[in-house]
Amino acid sequence: MQTSATSLSKGSFKALFLRYRVMLLKITIHLLAFLPLFTLYFLAFTEQLGADPVEEVIHFTGIGAFNLLLISLLITPVAKKYRQGYLVQTRRLLGLYSFTYAVFHLLNFLAFEVQFDLNLFFDEIIDRPYITVGMVALIILFSLALTSITALRRKMGKNWQKLHNGVYLAVLLIALHFFWSVKSDIVEPMIYFTMAIFLLILRKDKIKRWFK
Amino acid sequence: MLINTKKNHQLSEQQVTDESVYYGRRELLKKLGYLGAGSLLAQSASTNAGALDFFSSKEEVLFQRQALKFTPAGESSQILTPEAKISSHNNFYEFGTGKSDPVENAQGFKVNPWQLSISGAVDKPYTLGYDDLFKRFPLEERIYRLRCVEAWSMVIPWVGFGLAALIKKAAPNSRAKYVAFETLYDPEQMPEQNSRLGGGVEYPYVEGLRIDEAMNPLTFMSVGLYGKTLPAQNGAPIRLVVPWKYGFKSIKSIVGIKLVEDKPPTTWNRLADSEYGFYANVNPAVDHPRWSQASERRITTGGLFARNRIATLPFNGYGEEVAHLYKNMDLRKNY
Repeated sequence: MQTSATSLSKGSFKALFLRYRVMLLKITIHLLAFLPLFTLYFLAFTEQLGADPVEEVIHFTGIGAFNLLLISLLITPVAKKYRQGYLVQTRRLLGLYSFTYAVFHLLNFLAFEVQFDLNLFFDEIIDRPYITVGMVALIILFSLALTSITALRRKMGKNWQKLHNGVYLAVLLIALHFFWSVKSDIVEPMIYFTMAIFLLILRKDKIKRWFK
Repeated sequence: MLINTKKNHQLSEQQVTDESVYYGRRELLKKLGYLGAGSLLAQSASTNAGALDFFSSKEEVLFQRQALKFTPAGESSQILTPEAKISSHNNFYEFGTGKSDPVENAQGFKVNPWQLSISGAVDKPYTLGYDDLFKRFPLEERIYRLRCVEAWSMVIPWVGFGLAALIKKAAPNSRAKYVAFETLYDPEQMPEQNSRLGGGVEYPYVEGLRIDEAMNPLTFMSVGLYGKTLPAQNGAPIRLVVPWKYGFKSIKSIVGIKLVEDKPPTTWNRLADSEYGFYANVNPAVDHPRWSQASERRITTGGLFARNRIATLPFNGYGEEVAHLYKNMDLRKNY
């Protein structure tokens, strides 16, 4: 109450911005995350994604999920360092979009790559380590998405944070999934692996505490 | 439900997709923003680039291809992969590791003059110049299935001549047990050869065959496809085609063919011995360590919704012609 009163005196534009900044951020995230996904499938459905749209949609959604997860993990350190607490309110949305991309990634594999050959689908998940770790990561993301509902979060109390620390494992598994999936060009996976490690190092104190 | 209703509509559309759309795919993806979340920024950047194109010479001349004279193959019982797909979906790491990199980066590739030398354990070594590639041997068309180790496949009408004719002309001697092939090494033209990372591959790209494999009538030197000289990204001006082996054996833009006594090194085997063997025969019973080789996606006219997963056949369906070459070999060990 008090803050909004002082802001108003400095100018109504700033006050409006401060009041709606979280909403503005969220709208931006919706646009930046949803539009590429929409465009991707529009291009794929209208035969504009090249000779093998299957590979294209799989790669795009996979890397998209990873990007969004990394961004969501960047929020807390940035919010702390620059004292912008409101940023934290965008984490859930980013995480949910990351999960959405990951679900499309899996659906692409199921529908377009193995084309609903369920035997092949489950064999590949079990037999291929890189798909296995990807699947484990997706299950972790699923459990986080499910428990992101506010009511469930309240109900879970301290266990919620414990479960949601699973995101650190997920990000490592996804980095590994990417690394193992390429044929020879490991530059891009290495860059992603480095980014994941960097985000974990920013949380080294928290992680150290678990091992005490 | 929606998926099924769309399917039929799509099938009628895809036959008329313009070649330029395929070539422009990278542009489309740029507009889409490769980094998913960063898409709008990328889009505006690419719009700016479009405005500046007027000043830069973005209008690149496409690699020139000439019509060839050859004996045509008969009617194919299989649906051919459209030319636009064959020439826009390539693994040619010298021009970039993405599937659409070669078509983007190879358009300025200079193939004339060219020199292909046939040397080693032969009595009459010789060299073919650019024109010789198309004149020295009678050209014929062959429709072959190409099975990539990545579990997709195409059906391609190649134009060329048998490798056996080319080797016989050099009169190989008794020390000729293997044939070693080498791609052009020219980092100025092939940017990835220059990059220190180079997609992880050691250049020049090299491949090899046992002499009896090389002399098999199926083994083909291609100088063209769809009736014209090869597109740069498909390995112009001359490449190998070994239809019963995974695609990476079919080395592109060859400058050297050497008859040798010992088994020569091969690029992908050198990179990952456990994943890519010297023989690399198409074999549904031996999986790649990271994916199944039991089936493949046949890329023809269909798009995203094509139900194109088919069983992979031993020796890619050419067992009758080549299985005898491996009679007493354990193909699980000699993958």
